[in-house]
Amino acid sequence: MMNSIIQFASKLVRGQTGETADIYKFHGGVHPDGHKQESTTRPITKLSIPEKLVLPLRQHVGHIPKVKVQVGDRVLKGQMLAEAEGTVSAAIHAPTSGTITAISEQVIPHPSGLPDMCVTLTPDGKDEWIPLQTTDWRNTDKNTLIASLRSSGIVGMGGATFPTQIKVRADGKSHIHTLVINAAECEPYITCDDMLIRERADEIVKGMEIVKFLLGAEHCIVGIEDNKPEATIAMTAACKALTNTTVKVVPTLYPSGDARRLIHLVLGIEIPHDRRSTDVGVQVFNIATVLAIYRYFTFGEPATSRIVTMTGSVNSPQNFEVLFGTPLQTLIDAAGGAKSGTTHFIMGGPMMGFDLPTINVPVTKAANCIIAATPDLFAPPPPAMPCIRCARCADACPVNLQPQELYWFSKSDNFEKAYDYKLFDCIECGCCSYVCPSNIPLVQYYRYAKSEIIAADKAKEAADLARERNEFRLARIEREKLERAQKHAERAASGKAEATKAGEAKTAPAKTETDKPAAAATTDDAKKAAIAAAIERAKALKAAAAQADDTPEKTETETTSTAHTSSETAPAEADQDAQAKAEQAKKDKQALIAAAIERAKAQKLAAAQAGISPKNVEDASPAVQAEINEIDAIREKALQTGKAKASDSED
Amino acid sequence: MNRSPYITNAPAVSSIMLKVLLALVPGIFAYAWIYGGGILVTISLATTTALAAEAALLKIRQRPIRPYLSDLSAVVTAWILALALPPLAPWWLVVVGTFFAIVIAKQLYGGLGYNPFNPAMVGYAVLLISFPLIMTKWPAPLILAQTKLSFMDQLHFIFSNTLPAGIKIDAVTSATPLDYLKTQLMLKHEITAIMQAPIFGIFGAKGGEFVTAAYLLGGLYLIQQRIISWHLPTAFLGALAAISLAFYAVNPAHFADPLFHLMSGASMLCAFFIITDPVSGPTTPRGKLYFAAGAAVLTYLIRTYGGYPDGVAFAVLLMNMCVPLIDAHTQPRVFGHPKD
Repeated sequence: MMNSIIQFASKLVRGQTGETADIYKFHGGVHPDGHKQESTTRPITKLSIPEKLVLPLRQHVGHIPKVKVQVGDRVLKGQMLAEAEGTVSAAIHAPTSGTITAISEQVIPHPSGLPDMCVTLTPDGKDEWIPLQTTDWRNTDKNTLIASLRSSGIVGMGGATFPTQIKVRADGKSHIHTLVINAAECEPYITCDDMLIRERADEIVKGMEIVKFLLGAEHCIVGIEDNKPEATIAMTAACKALTNTTVKVVPTLYPSGDARRLIHLVLGIEIPHDRRSTDVGVQVFNIATVLAIYRYFTFGEPATSRIVTMTGSVNSPQNFEVLFGTPLQTLIDAAGGAKSGTTHFIMGGPMMGFDLPTINVPVTKAANCIIAATPDLFAPPPPAMPCIRCARCADACPVNLQPQELYWFSKSDNFEKAYDYKLFDCIECGCCSYVCPSNIPLVQYYRYAKSEIIAADKAKEAADLARERNEFRLARIEREKLERAQKHAERAASGKAEATKAGEAKTAPAKTETDKPAAAATTDDAKKAAIAAAIERAKALKAAAAQADDTPEKTETETTSTAHTSSETAPAEADQDAQAKAEQAKKDKQALIAAAIERAKAQKLAAAQAGISPKNVEDASPAVQAEINEIDAIREKALQTGKAKASDSED
Repeated sequence: MNRSPYITNAPAVSSIMLKVLLALVPGIFAYAWIYGGGILVTISLATTTALAAEAALLKIRQRPIRPYLSDLSAVVTAWILALALPPLAPWWLVVVGTFFAIVIAKQLYGGLGYNPFNPAMVGYAVLLISFPLIMTKWPAPLILAQTKLSFMDQLHFIFSNTLPAGIKIDAVTSATPLDYLKTQLMLKHEITAIMQAPIFGIFGAKGGEFVTAAYLLGGLYLIQQRIISWHLPTAFLGALAAISLAFYAVNPAHFADPLFHLMSGASMLCAFFIITDPVSGPTTPRGKLYFAAGAAVLTYLIRTYGGYPDGVAFAVLLMNMCVPLIDAHTQPRVFGHPKD
């Protein structure tokens, strides 16, 4: 009630009472200068085959694919060079015919600037295709189609590079009713989707039909920002032939191209923070991905090229159709070369892109845009001033977070609080930094805090695992001991000598000592739990012993536990009772283990939130696994830069 | 390296502060017109003191002086404090108040962005407690004064505390309407009778109401420029009107009407320029409403039942203390999270 009044009054003050029909606005957002007209004056040009192609194996989110070729092999265009391995993975294909000249580590276009495995292909200029196999998708089993997508090499082309086959396969949990096609392209400078729609709307629409069929979706909605009138006209005309398909024009407001924002804009559905869009029956695809799917099924062509916007400080900014692996320099040359004063190159848009570590990197599946940067275009930010709590960032946040609080917590390493204030809902869109009068690099602080929390969670997960293992081991030792005690009692009852048994029982504690370091690695919680369990056991045994106090035969063994508690074991007569108690203790332990697994799962879920990228892939929980590995590698670096930034902003 | 976003579109802190100063200009003009040019002297004094104190403290704290001095936040503090002081305040009063505001309330807490209390109000409260007599002695508006002081006379008075020969201090000062109202009510007079006194204008203090109106004008400019959000002024003025209306409705003979409260004392200055200090205020939209409403209620209660004629400074400081609590309990719902 209170909030609705506030919202209404806010809208009144800003003069935003008139809502566009069927468009559900989200909170915040910013209006950066588009800079799109520069690269839309010329049509998409196909770039000629370069002298060398360098294909990083890791061009997608997920597992690294397995190389199928060797140095010296001659390959044909479209031939698979590396096959998808594991569930979340994508294949790599030869973009043209030629010879494999190297399989080695080379610098890839990644913020870390670290080298990664690449296949180098020297083209022979013949551009000879492998025999292509077309698919009559309408008359083919869906599962066969989805399985075949695994060898297509197609990933999310909006920049998130999530393997496409994962997004179309049915999870059996929820039915997809609506396919949302992301053509918002909200980042400044980027025009590859815009130009693609203008020129190839008919093919895109055919791809939409296929995806709709694969998902079993009834409806299809194309979301386009209103700064792309030509694309809107082309798309609307092309969509006329389709049933249940609408083109929705959304207001130009960054970050409307973020999947969750776009779903809210066109459908009014707010996806719960801990769910994926598929849980509410919606799946989002980028138009370039849809086009690639069309070409794969209709012509048999795997993913070998993409449209890249080459813009910024180049002589003729333009969109190019570029083979994967093409050196960046070839692309720059095609755009008339970089103007003087160009300092570096940015991959992606100016809101979420990153500095390319060097110019010697290839174009990959993720490269939607390359911007030649000059200090004129992107002035280095003035030194950061203290936060004055003006809350402009909170007004701009599309997730309705309180960035000023998150900044405060991240800066002071108060990660628990940052987590409580929903740090992991942050999509790193950069709106907060964009509006900050104090020029604080807010997103960097959040990335730092996230990587720290993920690292801590990973450490905790490892500790939990160690504890689980230890608890399991303790349970086993306990069980073995009881078994021994039982046997021992049986033998005693049958009048056998017990000296040999006692010797055997003594070996157990000795074994415990060797496993001590593992136990030491467990957390305090684990210790407490173990101690409590040990005390319980001791009590149970004592009670049992008390009951059978008058029995003459007593044996002495030691109860193992991390707390090194020892107690008297139950005599033969009390065995039954003690065993029942031990069973109970075992059950308790199982419950503990189950709880630990639950915790680990919750942590994984939390980590998954970190990977949500505001481009076109909805949720990337498996993706996060891969991301975590990367983050681990660059964490040191991020930490240092984060710290450096933090100290910068002090003064 | 990932250092996106590469672009920004944010006004610098200094340009935000500059707009606040700009918004104060109509109020200053009206003030000078009603009470004489002495206020310009007070403002200059406060500004000089503030900048000098800020620079000295930055030097001691080994912080860069230039960027922090040029953010103009010290000047804003100085102007607001100067406007809150009586127009003929002696020079040392201005200096002491500004010194406290900048040194104690701002720099010793960590400088810009770190002060939990509104610096200008800390300075004001210190002066009000330490020098109550001077702080409540206001010159009569020029239109009411028996003897009109020229600018030079005011200047002379500020620095040497002497008036031109033949003029007594009582001839140029008078009680403020809020003060007068309070003392007269204690003498069991009725509101309607009290309001007949010449110091009362149409809405508030005679003459003073023009200054108040000029503040309102400046405040609206700040909202239009999106320097301040509408939440704070609206909630402050709304709550002040509501509580005074409630009392007025119960007993109009003993409680002044809402319009009088809105247009008297520092109400308008507080609504648009004092509680809108972002550093010492809350950040959530709902929190801003609670904060401002709380300040309004406290202002009214102090005015009506407290020992001081106007309660703005104490009300704001008390609400400053509640800010962490308010912020923590008014967090807006995050996208994709359930309502709680």
